[in-house]
Amino acid sequence: MVIAGQLLILIGSIFLFLGALGIIRMPDVFNRIQAGTKATTLGALSLIIGVGLIHTEFLWKAIVLALFVVLTNPISSSTIARASYKLKVPMFRGTVIKTEEDFLTDSGQPESQPTDRSENSVSVDAVSKESEK
Amino acid sequence: MIITISLVFIGAAVILGFIRLIAGPTVSDRLLAADTLTTITTAVIVLLSLVALRVIYMDVAIVYAVLGFVGVVTVARYLEGGI
Repeated sequence: MVIAGQLLILIGSIFLFLGALGIIRMPDVFNRIQAGTKATTLGALSLIIGVGLIHTEFLWKAIVLALFVVLTNPISSSTIARASYKLKVPMFRGTVIKTEEDFLTDSGQPESQPTDRSENSVSVDAVSKESEK
Repeated sequence: MIITISLVFIGAAVILGFIRLIAGPTVSDRLLAADTLTTITTAVIVLLSLVALRVIYMDVAIVYAVLGFVGVVTVARYLEGGI
């Protein structure tokens, strides 16, 4: 039990470090949100459950805190992403934006002209090859 | 021993978060860095309760998580123009 708790604490701290490293290394606000919220959520969850496993008297409050972290971190990341999308924060130059409204305005009549999937996939491949260079 | 290694990793994470908090080009970067630092601080308080062997520090961690969440959501809604 204690060994499992210590292993969970070590894994959690490593994931916290990787999340903070992703905040530094990612090129864009929206990429940084992915790195800084998901990895940090996993790290905090693992560390809190590990502390609860080492001493059993911590376990109930650790479960409450882990549930709270898991439930509220996606909400805050979604709110940050929504705010930065509405503020028109500049994206990474390899970003492809293709929403449903773009299909409707491009084709004019969406029922008669189905969307061209092959062209879209080609453009995504080209962008990914360009970003790999 | 494990807790010392974990604190070294978490200290490096706090330093990287503060670099992004200071040098972020937009205000969304700074808000995201503040959110990440809130989660990291919650984990540090939980580790501190394990080191000091006091269960009451877990309540401090719960209250800090609640206040950090409310603060981040409030600032994000203010930037969005909802408030």
